Amino acid sequence: MKTSKKFGLSLLTLGLTVALAACGGGGGDTKSTDDAKKEDTGKDDFSAALVTDLGGVDDKSFNQSAWEGLQAWGDENGKEKGVGGYNYFQSDSDADFELNLNSAIDDGYNIIFGVGFKLQPAVKEIAEANADTEFVIVDETIEGLDNVASVLFKDHEASYLAGIAAAKATKTNKVGFVGGMEGAVIGRFQAGFEAGVASVDEDIKVDVKYVGSFGDAAKGKSIAAAMYQSGVDVIFHASGDTGQGVFSEAIDLMNTNPENPVWVIGVDRDQEDEGAYDGGNVTLTSTLKGVGTAVQDIANKALKGEFPGGEIMNYGLAEEGVDLTAGQLDDVNPDIKQLVEDAKKGIIDGTIEVPDAPEKPDAQ
Amino acid sequence: MNNSSRIKALAVPVVSVLAGLILGAVIMVVSGYSPVEGYQAMLRGAFGRTYNIGEVFRSATPLILTGLGFSVASTAGFFNIGLAGQALAGWISAIWLALTFPDLPKIILVPLCIVIGALAGALWAGIAGFFKAQFGTSEVIVTIMLNYTILYISNHLVRYVLTDNKDATPKISENASLRTEFLRNLSGGSRLNMGLFLALIMIVVIWIFMKKTTVGFEMRAVGMNPFASEYAGMSAKKNIVLAMMISGALAGLGGVVEGLGTFENLYILDAAPAIGFDGMAVSLLGGGNPIGILLSAILFGTLKTGGLKMSSVDIPNEIVDVVVASIIFFIGISFAIRYIMDKFSPKKGEV
Repeated sequence: MKTSKKFGLSLLTLGLTVALAACGGGGGDTKSTDDAKKEDTGKDDFSAALVTDLGGVDDKSFNQSAWEGLQAWGDENGKEKGVGGYNYFQSDSDADFELNLNSAIDDGYNIIFGVGFKLQPAVKEIAEANADTEFVIVDETIEGLDNVASVLFKDHEASYLAGIAAAKATKTNKVGFVGGMEGAVIGRFQAGFEAGVASVDEDIKVDVKYVGSFGDAAKGKSIAAAMYQSGVDVIFHASGDTGQGVFSEAIDLMNTNPENPVWVIGVDRDQEDEGAYDGGNVTLTSTLKGVGTAVQDIANKALKGEFPGGEIMNYGLAEEGVDLTAGQLDDVNPDIKQLVEDAKKGIIDGTIEVPDAPEKPDAQ
Repeated sequence: MNNSSRIKALAVPVVSVLAGLILGAVIMVVSGYSPVEGYQAMLRGAFGRTYNIGEVFRSATPLILTGLGFSVASTAGFFNIGLAGQALAGWISAIWLALTFPDLPKIILVPLCIVIGALAGALWAGIAGFFKAQFGTSEVIVTIMLNYTILYISNHLVRYVLTDNKDATPKISENASLRTEFLRNLSGGSRLNMGLFLALIMIVVIWIFMKKTTVGFEMRAVGMNPFASEYAGMSAKKNIVLAMMISGALAGLGGVVEGLGTFENLYILDAAPAIGFDGMAVSLLGGGNPIGILLSAILFGTLKTGGLKMSSVDIPNEIVDVVVASIIFFIGISFAIRYIMDKFSPKKGEV
């Protein structure tokens, strides 16, 4: 009996030994990156990385735009993907943010972007401990640290324009808003959208639902189904990957019942592709959030040694940080474009003021 | 005979792990990635630096606790699928206490948070145990529903009670943290914390409790045959509730370690903590045996921590989930592994 136990244990130990032996090889690798870090004084070696939130760089939305921005920056400056150039670190759970930020530091990246408000506590903690590395937090603020810049977007301004489009496109006088998770960021979308709808017609009802997740397409689909069934015909989703479910429900409805058109308004990136189906497109328009532009912009500034440390940057319509796509607006109602343009001018010159928080924070 | 069945009991998890890794490699090849590069990156991510090794053990710590929790319940004959919710109950109450009394001395505050967290987990699991004992309701359904209940309670508390409409509570004070300067320095600045020792202690405690005490014996007896043990004068009801509460207390401790060690706060969650379901997998891989749970928790920590590095060689870290899932799959079909080994065992027997 004892021997058999030993046999089993030795199998396990063998496995661990193999693993440890293999990591010996890994150790050598680490050294070389450490060397790279030391030599890393010239601008040629300047490298940039981003750490995603839970969406990943293929989320067709927020994280993907950020990664596209970083890739564009790399192309512009002749960098290659990998250590010494640019790279991304994908987070699988909330516990991974700190781990990924530290991995990026150990790989010697000079500037590290934390993409998404969820990374705020982790970026803050790591930035305090690593004064030599520059950090950027997107969609949140970190104040009082010289090596951290904060990037905010006036999502409410673009959402206001989306609200106008929705109000002009609806035939049922009911529109919907599907949010990912309640909070300051998605609150901006909701507030702007509601104000935009009300600016066209006070009587149009906005049905607001929060999914409680940015990654639950199945739940997004069922909420969209319930909304469309209740008579809503335009849904604006600010819910990351969850929105894939909203698109899929709209497409299903158009395939089965094309007489009653339904629409989706996309978010953060031009989501035209997500709405395409045989015979048309359900993407009415998309709000654009220039995460990629901001990432590229800040990485370039940092490359030139002009990193805006300690600053909070606000990208709005005036800064071309947010916008609305053309989408199918012209097909639905040729007036929309002009209205949107007018509102844009009004927001930029300050005659229209868009609220950045919903009136009732717990509107669920 | 006994000998060879023991070998098999230990060999099944090892074969499952290897088969899982091989299947993962096959999937990488099929998808056009290099499995050698992938697994090298994973090992580098898990053991490349002392920091990463620290993180491996940090992520293994709560899994040991939830894994133990699952094994206690399953020894007594039922399936505690609500570990995630019980862990969250422990997490909330520990954080709440830590935020309410930030200035209590560490020597009082930390043990108090641990005890309260364990009690909260026990209580949350006890609800399901009570209904099971009194009315024979399915503990699977009740605990799954309780996972959602606690998730929304927790999000409400974070947003409206512990903070004023924020996404996360402030960090707890130094006095409530499980992190220590010593472990931080030892592990290259990782989040490795005292929770590891708590988990190791619990391994010993649970082993002694289940194997060497009367109560533990009764629990095992009830698990094997509730009617026979009732006939032998043991109270099945009492043991069901007790086993469920111990299971919940251990899961609660897992949540406390996440709260006071890994995150040092509580934030809006979109799902009940992953340590619950991962803990079930850890316990299944470990065969419910405390040492097995320890080893498989370390394996899971290695996979999860190292897997993040796989994106550096362009392999999506979802592959790690595939490997984990296939390991569990191979444990699920362990009868097949046993069957294959039986075919080859006569040779071994002769040696």
